[in-house]
Amino acid sequence: MPWWRYLWAPGLATSGQVELALVVGTTVAVVSAVVGFFVVVRAQAFLGHALSDMGATGAAGAALVGVQALWGFLAGGLAAGLTVEAGSERAHDRDLATGVTLSFTLGLSALFLQLITQDTSHAGVTQAILFGSIFTVAPSIEPAMIALGLAAIALVAVLFRPLLFASLTPETARARGVPVRLVGILFLLAVVTAVEQSALVVGALLSTALLVGPAAAASRLTDRPGAAIAVAVVIAVGAVWLGVGLAYDSYLWPPAGRGWPVSFLVTAVVFLVYVATRLGRRAPTGGADPTEAV
Amino acid sequence: MTTPDTVAARPEVVRLEHVTVRYGDRTVLEEIAFAIPRGEFVGLIGPNGAGKTTLLRAILGLVAPTAGRVLINGQPARRGSRRIGYVPQAFTADADLPLRARDLVALGLDGDRWGVSLPSRARRERVDRMLEHVGASAYADAPVGRLSGGERQRLLIAQAMITEPDLLLLDEPLSNLDIRSSREVVELVRHVATEHGAGVLLVAHDLNALLGAMDRVLYVARGRAAIGTVDQVVRTDVLSRLYGYHVDVLHVHGRILVVGGDEREPVGPHEDEPHEVSAAPLHGS
Repeated sequence: MPWWRYLWAPGLATSGQVELALVVGTTVAVVSAVVGFFVVVRAQAFLGHALSDMGATGAAGAALVGVQALWGFLAGGLAAGLTVEAGSERAHDRDLATGVTLSFTLGLSALFLQLITQDTSHAGVTQAILFGSIFTVAPSIEPAMIALGLAAIALVAVLFRPLLFASLTPETARARGVPVRLVGILFLLAVVTAVEQSALVVGALLSTALLVGPAAAASRLTDRPGAAIAVAVVIAVGAVWLGVGLAYDSYLWPPAGRGWPVSFLVTAVVFLVYVATRLGRRAPTGGADPTEAV
Repeated sequence: MTTPDTVAARPEVVRLEHVTVRYGDRTVLEEIAFAIPRGEFVGLIGPNGAGKTTLLRAILGLVAPTAGRVLINGQPARRGSRRIGYVPQAFTADADLPLRARDLVALGLDGDRWGVSLPSRARRERVDRMLEHVGASAYADAPVGRLSGGERQRLLIAQAMITEPDLLLLDEPLSNLDIRSSREVVELVRHVATEHGAGVLLVAHDLNALLGAMDRVLYVARGRAAIGTVDQVVRTDVLSRLYGYHVDVLHVHGRILVVGGDEREPVGPHEDEPHEVSAAPLHGS
């Protein structure tokens, strides 16, 4: 077999499985990048990660009762997000509340997964929940994924200015009549949607990479908010397409016939891009030298 | 320094009448009364916990007084007024945060509106003008996370002034700055406010940073306030009455030091003493 077949396996361009994975994956990538920009601005990466882990509990619970995983992820993330939000508004308290709630829900995950996998027909559920199952996504949820994705993007678009304002200078925003708390809660809904959809594709443990990685890489490449979001989207979508394509190809790679996990390949691409943006000194931008006096 | 007659003749931008704010048993502000005309620079000085923050929040319409009323341009204070520009102490930003100085200032224009702003030449020009006013044009396109404390303060002032408010409220803008930056920011505030005819209420811990720049001082301690020139207010007898115990006001090489005495020896407020030290027109100092 010619060497390039290992990178473009037979049937790649025509596989219905791949097509579905790309549609779902692209939706997830765009939503993650757009929401992820604000997650980075608000320094809420830990919360994002915790939400996807807590979503896994929901997905495990869903598997236990025979419901589609996506709804389980969403329900778990929503319940967790609102629990954390109901706690204190202060960043420090929120951090602790998140950690404690997370620990409990991870314990619940362990319980649910133990119960499910006692039935051997469900043996792969743990792997799927934690590390993604893009190739086994049911075609029936494709419209739901796209609709949810569009809704999340629309929500962020509507929240754009007050969210930026409240994230950077919350007291000023409050003084100008911005409903800071409400904006935060609405954004939390967008985050839950983004990470839980992403958890379906790359798994609960790795969805943070798609959420934070592209935005973090983009922030090294540009100074402007709009451009940063656009760049993050390009990186995320590129990573998903590469990941899906290579995962399909990987059935030809050793160990033959097994295939490498999509989630690993996607997050590896994101990580490589992130590292690349950090090599070399950041180019000086037009501005006064901060070491000089005002 | 503004002359007394011109200042007194200008319309009032903020007026507090018998404002008392109580949270349950705690009285945070008691019978506060003063007025600030447009163009006047007032320093809001006092120890921590004195009620300065609550006073600011009352002016911003974020706190409703338990008694009395707060008027902005003759109207009751309400939340989200564009007639007041608020400048916080600082903001945190990662060095890589993809937000330029001009983006931060632009938020002052329409950050309170939903949606995304459409690029417009008028908007950009307004932001450019404001940046020039505060002397920040050189770093207009720099990421805010890489700017110094003084540079950031200029941006926050620009962000607050861009709606051309009648009153500029600054919440401890000098606390994180070195002396030189401190003086430059005070000078900038004076300059910008004078150009726009705005009143200024600047909260500071150390009134020395404002000597020579402020027209009057509003001294707040233990929820009570006295307003007047520095000579009228920052005196042992006036401050002792405010604090409720003996404090000494010392003058050392042109600087003023307020030194607390023994809290256990109370000095009661006299019933016949007005809380506004000077209701008469100001005499320049």
